[in-house]
Amino acid sequence: MRLTLVTAKRVLTQLRSDPRTIAMIMVLPCLIVGLIAWMFHGTDTLDRFGPVLIGFFPLFVMFLITSITTQRERSSGTLERLMTTPLRKGDLMGGYVLAFGSLSVIQALVVTGFALAVGMDMAGSVPLMILVAMLSAVLGCALGLAASAVARTEFQAVQMLPLVIVPQIFTAGIFLPREAMPTALQWIANVLPLTYSVDAMQKVTAGQGLGEIATDLVVVVLWIIGSIALGILTLRRRTD
Amino acid sequence: MIVHNPKPCLRYDSRVTAAPTSAVRARGLSVVRGGKDILHGVDLDIPAGHVTGLLGPSGSGKTTLMRAMVGVQDNVTGELTVLGEPAGAAALRRRVGYDTQAASVYADLTVRANVEYFASLAGLRGSDAKDAVDAALTSVDLTFHAAQRIASLSGGERSRASLAATFVGNPELIILDEPTVGLDPVLRRALWELFRRLADDGRTLVVSSHVMDEASRCDRLILMRDGRVMASTTPDDLLADTGTTDAESAFLALIDREGSAS
Ligand SMILES: Nc1ncnc2c1ncn2[C@@H]1O[C@H](COP(=O)(O)OP(=O)(O)OP(=O)(O)O)[C@@H](O)[C@H]1O
Ligand SMILES: [Mg+2]
Repeated sequence: MRLTLVTAKRVLTQLRSDPRTIAMIMVLPCLIVGLIAWMFHGTDTLDRFGPVLIGFFPLFVMFLITSITTQRERSSGTLERLMTTPLRKGDLMGGYVLAFGSLSVIQALVVTGFALAVGMDMAGSVPLMILVAMLSAVLGCALGLAASAVARTEFQAVQMLPLVIVPQIFTAGIFLPREAMPTALQWIANVLPLTYSVDAMQKVTAGQGLGEIATDLVVVVLWIIGSIALGILTLRRRTD
Repeated sequence: MIVHNPKPCLRYDSRVTAAPTSAVRARGLSVVRGGKDILHGVDLDIPAGHVTGLLGPSGSGKTTLMRAMVGVQDNVTGELTVLGEPAGAAALRRRVGYDTQAASVYADLTVRANVEYFASLAGLRGSDAKDAVDAALTSVDLTFHAAQRIASLSGGERSRASLAATFVGNPELIILDEPTVGLDPVLRRALWELFRRLADDGRTLVVSSHVMDEASRCDRLILMRDGRVMASTTPDDLLADTGTTDAESAFLALIDREGSAS
């Protein structure tokens, strides 16, 4: 546990010295939300898409940042070195989740606050919306960890973004209601986690409470746990 | 310029460790990388409490052998025992320190933050950690650069920061992959003096190099070529054996001898 904490602290110290990454985490999602508010001024577009974007962009950004950071750990040789120290693989993954998870909380607060400030109308509960945004950011982080543990090379790690995230954008019901999709795609959608965080976000927007989104949240949490476990299991101490 | 590590060091008496003389023992050690045979049945013994030089031309398998010793090399077959345990055993991770060939430290952290992190991983905390970090920085003469980020260091400073991260946990067996490459003669001498003091304190050091003139600084030599151990000897015996006066000629003489034997 102690090694998890010192690793989280180390990752946060690294990020603190990297203002561009912090900007990407905090500013990029706001920029997208702001752009929509501006472009579709006077319509209800922001009200309809804002919440979904608040569910999706943190996931996207955290996936990207996590894959990049862990990939840097690999290419700098520090991963090889860490594997010779008493640090366990779970400590390493735990450290990353803790560091990026705490950023996710701040990110969810910032993005939701910004969306409300630029005029997003919300019928539902703001705290619930923040909770869902936070969970999907942590999900992005967990998926990023799993993807870069599975990847054997830097090239493979880069390919994980279109492989893991992009299909989910189409099946999650962001552009097209899931009911309108072909049955096969609906099956796929029913398995993938983004579907559930988008669904939760849509329900919160419509004014539904914790009871209605509980199943969605459980699925997202299970995906988080499963991804981290997969990351721990596939990260290899011995490499070619 | 490099001062003695002032930290009170534990003495590792070779008489009380499990294997009386060998810190590392390999028998029939083979490694396959990328489908190619890289090490072909290596036998070797590395005595505890000494500085052993691992010498050989580029591509001879020095890094591969070291990676096998610290348990990060895949596809290893044969026997490889480190400090009485199978190489890579979890219990060894506290006792073995490894410095990779290219400096492996976090470029976006300061020298001190890097060494502190590796001190924490080695289980040090509080004032023990602080003392160990100070001692490690002093031993590689980086005290004045402690607050500088790795990214802004010179190449030689960076590799010394990486060395400090290896030393800070006070490991029994220290495995260093070409630690003196790119350093000036003064620094190189200072580092070899540090290695000597660590060995006098009871540590075992394995130091790879392809600079043959560093051979004379070692207690023992393992000469590698094409994934095989060509000779396992001492600097004096090597010169006597080959009738040469420097390690480089001795190495070439050994190669010629092998060539005419086959
Ligand atoms: N992943 C790999 N796939 C195929 N061959 C590899 C792989 N990694 C290393 N090799 C080969 O293994 C051999 C030994 O490499 P190694 O890095 O152990 O050499 P070395 O003695 O440390 O050389 P140097 O002094 O240049 O560092 C080299 O010929 C190298 O090309
Ligand atoms: Mg090498």
